[in-house]
Amino acid sequence: MTRQEILNELKKVISPYTTNKEMLAQINEDTDLLKDLKINSANLVDIIIDAEAKYDIEIDYDEADKMMNVGSCIDVISEKIGQKQ
Amino acid sequence: MNNHILSHLPYKSSFRFVDNILLLSEDEVRGEYTLKEDAFFYEDHFAGNPVTPGVIVTEIMAQIGLVVLGIFLVLKETDFNFMDDDSLYPLLTSTDVSFYKMVLPGEKVTVISKKQYFRFGKLKCHVEMLDSDKELIASGTFAGIIKKIAVKNG
Repeated sequence: MTRQEILNELKKVISPYTTNKEMLAQINEDTDLLKDLKINSANLVDIIIDAEAKYDIEIDYDEADKMMNVGSCIDVISEKIGQKQ
Repeated sequence: MNNHILSHLPYKSSFRFVDNILLLSEDEVRGEYTLKEDAFFYEDHFAGNPVTPGVIVTEIMAQIGLVVLGIFLVLKETDFNFMDDDSLYPLLTSTDVSFYKMVLPGEKVTVISKKQYFRFGKLKCHVEMLDSDKELIASGTFAGIIKKIAVKNG
């Protein structure tokens, strides 16, 4: 799965947790989940749990800690998908 | 039996809304509270016609359903002595509640909370409040965290 494909799917995962749909439509790897998308920081946990279910992966505390922008989310997800194969 | 957990609650007198814990496990908590007839909010809400404000119903559900269970889980999971650190506080991060019945002064309510998950320090639960006839007063989804807050005095 390419980074662009993960980004496109990540948009759907994030969508329920941001009201800033305009910003969501044009996210890139530098988009900050809290500052740009105005996501409630506690809801990052829900995004991680939803991403785990979607990709059938398990994300630990240290990895979750890194997932502050779209690029770092893609890093963690693609690494986890890679480990499965 | 389960009530030792109540000594860990950070609330005092007029804002403590837990009397008794009936059941406490890693997945579920049940607790009771009787609304005090002389509670501060009845005088003005509403004048001459006291009804428990929705925010207080929500607070009762949060204290029993989220804070009691959250403290129980944190104490179980971690080695650090949560209660010796007085800069740690439970914070509500989201609620979505529907109300079905009014709560009047003196009523005893029961809160039943079932854990959806506890991960990365966040607890999310489905919480219901029932009256003494076991009729539904309110239900909803609650989430919160326990956070270190630097309290600045003066």
